[in-house]
Amino acid sequence: MPSLSYLFARLLQIIPTFLLVMVFIFLLVRLLPGDPAIAMAEAKATDAQLEQIRHNLGLDQPLPIQFLVFVKNTLTGDLGRSIMLKAPVTEIILARLPTTIFLGLYSVLLAICLAGPLAFLAASRVNRPVDVAIRSVFQVGLSMPVFYIGLLLLTVLAAQLRWFPVGGYGKTFLDNLHHLMLPALSVALYTSAIILRNLRASLIEVLDADYVQFARAKGLSRRIVMTRHVLRNALVSTVTLLGLSIGNLMSGTLVTETVFAVPGVGRLMLEAIFARDYPLIQGLTLTFAVLVSVVFLMTDIVQSWLDPRLRQS
Amino acid sequence: MNEIEKETVLDVRRLRTEFGLAERPLVAVDDVSFQVKAGEILGLVGESGSGKSITLRSILGIVRPRGRVHGEILWKGRDLVPLGEAALRRVRGREIAMIFQEPMSSLNPLLTVGLQISENLAAHTDLDAKARKARAIELMDMVGIPAARDRLSDYPHEFSGGMRQRVMIAIALASNPKLLLADEPTTALDVTIQDQILRLIQALSRDLGMAVILVTHDMGVVAGTCDRVAVMYGGRLCETGPTADVIGDARHPYSLGLLRSIPRNVAPRTPLYSIPGAPPSLDALPAGCAFTARCPVAGPECRDVRPRLDSTGPQRQVACHHREQALVHFSAQEAAQ
Repeated sequence: MPSLSYLFARLLQIIPTFLLVMVFIFLLVRLLPGDPAIAMAEAKATDAQLEQIRHNLGLDQPLPIQFLVFVKNTLTGDLGRSIMLKAPVTEIILARLPTTIFLGLYSVLLAICLAGPLAFLAASRVNRPVDVAIRSVFQVGLSMPVFYIGLLLLTVLAAQLRWFPVGGYGKTFLDNLHHLMLPALSVALYTSAIILRNLRASLIEVLDADYVQFARAKGLSRRIVMTRHVLRNALVSTVTLLGLSIGNLMSGTLVTETVFAVPGVGRLMLEAIFARDYPLIQGLTLTFAVLVSVVFLMTDIVQSWLDPRLRQS
Repeated sequence: MNEIEKETVLDVRRLRTEFGLAERPLVAVDDVSFQVKAGEILGLVGESGSGKSITLRSILGIVRPRGRVHGEILWKGRDLVPLGEAALRRVRGREIAMIFQEPMSSLNPLLTVGLQISENLAAHTDLDAKARKARAIELMDMVGIPAARDRLSDYPHEFSGGMRQRVMIAIALASNPKLLLADEPTTALDVTIQDQILRLIQALSRDLGMAVILVTHDMGVVAGTCDRVAVMYGGRLCETGPTADVIGDARHPYSLGLLRSIPRNVAPRTPLYSIPGAPPSLDALPAGCAFTARCPVAGPECRDVRPRLDSTGPQRQVACHHREQALVHFSAQEAAQ
């Protein structure tokens, strides 16, 4: 297992990351064209009324002061009030976040279940028909945008065959699984294509490695050779890639959740952008940054658990 | 030592290992027969690509890419060639162990050496976890790893090259094999460490009564370590015999050439002999003697007629059409220097 000092050092690295993210979020929102006061106010609002709104939002303060206020509020969990939904941003996000995390985990699990066995199959039959077929099918998956795959799935499996609902989230856990199947699958198809390519390549490499030959020469069972020696070593690079693609997947939720009408933070982000809801955009961006950082942190921990050479910090 | 009393543990008969299409096979090992007696160290010598490693891997059935193995490999009278994976696994590591050339890449970098020793014990013995640990410490002691107890939880990258080779030997010895296949165990090590490892293998063979097939390209290693030697070229045997006889009185032009290319007591700045040319590739082997193209005494029949491995004395076998000419050719060269 990775040592505590390694974990601690890795956790400390998050702090500068978050500071930078906060600076970027703060500046980006203020550099965007458009005036939230105008967006909030009635069409016939007077200049004085607009000024009042700006004052209430703290937008009349100098930028550095606004930033310090922003950092202070963020640290205390206060992300401001949403202009669009007229409710605290933290509450809105926390209400929607589980759906997105659920969808994310669901699609990652689906991707692993799809890519893992198929990568094994392909790697054990390199350049034979099975391998070529698997690779070609997933190449198609890789070259189509996620939303297009999503629309295809919607048209065939939901609209025509009626196996799955066209949108929504559902109430019970099984209901959730059923409702999110198509969005999860459309993301998973793309992610699994990436994982499959990488895992297949590293499996092929590891299968030929001296230590695997040595493990076979030791008379170990096929199961032990495959799991302890082949899979574990092949996973080292695949885990990195998986972490990166989960990071990517986060921005993908904007599209997926919109296409499938999933009430998660991705769709919320899109709505907030259209409404120029600054506090909500800030809060959501920060949420995404936290999610991605957590994913990368977990990736690093899993990796250092897999590979002792990475533990020296 | 009385050689006659020792039983033959491994009897390889007409071994042939080939790859590729059945219609146009690439023959890596061709018609190779040899025996190994209990406790004996047999040197298998030849250049890269001469089929030494494939011969070893054929014995354990771990040839990769999967090749076709023909002939008989009699281990204590039982033929290993037709055995399935499950039956072979009970021989691998348990009765016949193997160590590899690259200690850097032959140990799994992600697992502690303790686990890599004890997984061997788990596969072949009934020892419980505690007994396996004790045995692992004992094995690491035996192969000369200092502070064995503390090093069980270390990873391969925390060991030097020579120490890793010792770890590999400890793993191989875990379940008291009766035959150790050593595939160039010292090639990747520097010279002083090479000698230590060879002495270790020799001592273990003597103390444990374990037979060894030592694959090497280095005649010097053979001279200092092996009881008998078999010289391979192009997947075939060219000469076998007791080490002293083969080194002192080689008959095959290839063995003569190999021996001539060892630096010896000659005048300073004498150019070192080297065998001209390069070994043939597997798809360009002649029907006759594989060494024809590089042989100084080859005649017209050598290319087409395969020389038989004939007995030329007690325990001596040579496969050459022109044994007398070879001897004359190389002794004349010797005299010229």
